[in-house]
Formats: sequence, structure tokens, C-alpha cells
Amino acid sequence: MFETAIIAGAKIVLTLITLLTLVVLTVYTERRVSAFVQDRVGPNRVGPKGLLQAVADVVKLLMKEDIVPKNANKPIHDLAPMISIGVAMSTFAVIPIGSTMTLFGRQIDMMIADVNIGILYILALTSMGVYGITLAGWSSNNKYSLLGGLRSSAQLISYELSMGVSIIGVLLISGSLELDEIVGKQAATLWGGIPAWNVFLQPVAFVTFVVAAFAETNRLPFDLPEAEPELVGGYHTEYSGLKFGLFMLSEYVNMIVASAIIVTLFLGGYAFPWGEQFGLSGNSLAVAEVLTFCVKTGLVMFFIIMIRWTLPRFRYDQLMRLGWKVMLPIALANLVVTASILALMNWA
Amino acid sequence: MSQNGKMIRKEDLSFWQRIYIPEILKGLRLTFMALFRRKITIQYPEKRFTPPDSFRGRPVLVEENGVERCVACGLCSRVCPALAIEVQANETALEKERYPEKFEINMVRCIFCGFCEEVCPEEAIIMSKEYELVFESQEEAVFGKDKLLVPIEKVRDRLEFLHKHR
Repeated sequence: MFETAIIAGAKIVLTLITLLTLVVLTVYTERRVSAFVQDRVGPNRVGPKGLLQAVADVVKLLMKEDIVPKNANKPIHDLAPMISIGVAMSTFAVIPIGSTMTLFGRQIDMMIADVNIGILYILALTSMGVYGITLAGWSSNNKYSLLGGLRSSAQLISYELSMGVSIIGVLLISGSLELDEIVGKQAATLWGGIPAWNVFLQPVAFVTFVVAAFAETNRLPFDLPEAEPELVGGYHTEYSGLKFGLFMLSEYVNMIVASAIIVTLFLGGYAFPWGEQFGLSGNSLAVAEVLTFCVKTGLVMFFIIMIRWTLPRFRYDQLMRLGWKVMLPIALANLVVTASILALMNWA
Repeated sequence: MSQNGKMIRKEDLSFWQRIYIPEILKGLRLTFMALFRRKITIQYPEKRFTPPDSFRGRPVLVEENGVERCVACGLCSRVCPALAIEVQANETALEKERYPEKFEINMVRCIFCGFCEEVCPEEAIIMSKEYELVFESQEEAVFGKDKLLVPIEKVRDRLEFLHKHR
């Protein structure tokens, strides 16, 4: 019991450090990519190639004064960023980044918590995340913040449905709520040698899920809660210093987590199908799996960043129309078709 | 968007455009290609922008054989929309008979329009390629003859440009 606690603690610390480092890298990548898309150079002064720019920004944020508006609800104003970051970070707990590794004579699962209802856990936490944003908007005593918070909750309600429904398609195929097992199912190959990733089995669900993930992480083209031209800064207008930094952090952690979930559910997760061909086993295989996972997640994150600098923001009514009139029916139709085909296959 | 409560939709979108995803991919292709385009940023303190001959930098007085070309006719001062130029004429024994005793351009006022250069009958005041102008006070920004006079060799480019295009 004590031993498992220590192992879990080590994993948590390691994951937190990795996530924070990754966020710094992601911010840097985002700024560089955006600059490149716009024919600029981007940050290239602090450290080699500007890599330390994000670190410098973090230090700057830490040293800034923490301002709370006069009539703000102080406890909630303080609590909101904590909810945001806490939820964003803890979502990563159930994502498997590899199968098992043998360290010091012990088999160690490459995820923090092997929950057998991993997907439900993710869904529950992502919908918790909106509390941070809504509370931040509400407690700031600022009309723009409030509008941002309200938009965020409306957006979540509209897109969580299609997200859930598109996940069900995946669940029907893999027959398990456990992320490890979903990944295991995708390790097989279909006829013709293509891997049995859920993108190929559930392309429609993949598209709806990705769109919903964009909406849930408040990334462009669905970043209405913080639409600068309309709402000043959106829900974090009244935040400064460290608390603003936490919102920023949680936004990027959310992005990482969303990419990791997309990879796990649809893009084969950590599965490294050529382990035997390369003669890998045990720990070397685990390293290959982790690398596979990281590369895939990185590519998805690059895709998310590119989308941000490609598409303009949706109008609010367009967002709602897309959510309720397009995404939800498509996801539902996909679910019905998948279920029927599976039922026919079982019956035959 | 709406007129009399009726939605007006553009009908010229094809089916594939309405689907939206191919269009997203098109846009992504565009931005992806943009990643590899030449960057137009100049890393300023290390590298500097070399202006073309048509560039209008700070106005300077042309100095030929050790004397300014200026005959202090005062046209530049007259035409200056920002009232930045002040000329005071005096007589001289030289062939040109008149010379500016005092020639001041207030660089805080100057708007780099180039009218002075255009109006000058002697090609005595022309726009240089200098664009890095820093002052610490209002007084410092008033450029007298000491700062304005530039030997003709240094502004050949601009003079040739003017001959060609005027």
C-alpha cells in the first residue's frame, strides 16, 4: 500500500513537471508558428533561438502585482484559477502514455491512475473545467468577464453533447471504458495493413470529436469566452499576475490534454505496432511507445496551433447553429449507424 | 445579416464549400506553405534597412566645394507645410551673391514630405537616406547648418534619382 502510494506520488510529480515544461514549450511553439505564418520571426532573443522567452514571461507574471477588483467576490475570484488549473492538470491522470515499464524489479503502469472508467473521468473533469471560467467571469464584477463566462458555459453545453455522443461510437467499437484497453484494441491492423485506429473505423466521430475538443478547450475558432475584439479579455479581463498566469497555463494544459485524448481515443494511442520487427521488448518497447505517443500528441498540437492561425473566430449564432444543428445530428447519426452495423455483425 | 427578419444567405457556395472541411484543409495548406516563406523582419540593431533611392529620410543641405549650394531664396521655408524651416539670408562675395546665414530645420516639426526638395531651384536641399533620428530635448531637435550640411559625394544617389525622375 505504502509502496503504491510512493510510486503514484513519483508519477504525479514527474507528470506535473513534464506538463509544465511542455506548456512553456507549447507557448513558445505557438508564438513561433504564428510568427512564421505571418512572415515574422517571432521571439528569438531570450536564450538560444528564443527558447527561454516563455520562461521569461512566466517570471514576469510571477513578479506582477495581483489586483482584485473592488467589488469582486474575493474568495471565488481566488478560487476560479485554481479550479481551472487543477481540473486541467488532473485530467492527464488517466491518460496512458505507454504500457508497462519494469523499474527496480517492479512493473509500473505508464499512467497515474488506471481507472476502469477512464473516459467517464475525462468527460466529468472537462465539464468541471468550465466552472473555473464561469466563476472567474462571475466573480470579477465586470460585464465583459461575465459575458465571457456565460459564453463559456453555453459553449460547453452545446458541444459536450456531441463530444459524448461521438465517444460512444468509439466505446461501441472497443467495448470498454478503459483507455488502456481502447489503445490495445487499436494496436491491431486492419486488412491492407493499415492500423486499426479509430480514425479509420470512426471517421465521422473523429471529426465531431475534434471540433468539440476545440470548443471545449476554448481554442480558436471557438474562443468566444475570450474574444478580444468583443470582450476585452473575456473571463480573465480582471485577472493579473500569477492568477492570470494560471488561466494561461490551464489553457495550454487543456490543449495538451485534448491532444493526448484525441491521440488515445482515435489515433492509436501509444501503440507501437512494429515492436517485434525491431526486436524491442520490455523497457525498450516502453520507450518506443512513449516516443510514439509524444510524436503523435505533438503533431496534433501542431495541428491545433495551425488551425488557430488559419481560421477566423465563429460568430456566436454560428457557433450555436454548428453545435446544435450540425454537430449533434451528425454525431447521433454516426452513433446509430455504428450501433446498427455492430448489431448486424454480431447477429450474422 | 437579416432583413425583415428573413435570413439572407449567399447561394454561391457549392456543396463542398458548405461541408466546410475541404475549405479548412485549403486554408491549412495556405498557412502551412506560409511557414516556409521568406521572413520580412529585419533584426534591427544588428542588421539595418538600406533604403532605396526614392526614400525620403531627413532633409540635408548639399555642400559643394566646401560651400552650400543654397542661395537662401526662402522657397523651402515658404512651402514647408509644417513650418519647420527657418532661413536667414545674407550677401556673399561668391558668384551666387546670397547665402543662408542661418538655416534651421526643426526636426520635431518636419514631416518628411519632401516639398522643400521639390521646390528648391538649386537642388540645394534634398532628402537623405538617414532615418535614425533621436533627440533628448526640443532644443537638440533643431538642426542648424552644422548638422544639415552634407558633402555632395554622400548624396549622389539621391541627386541622380532626382535627375532621372523629375
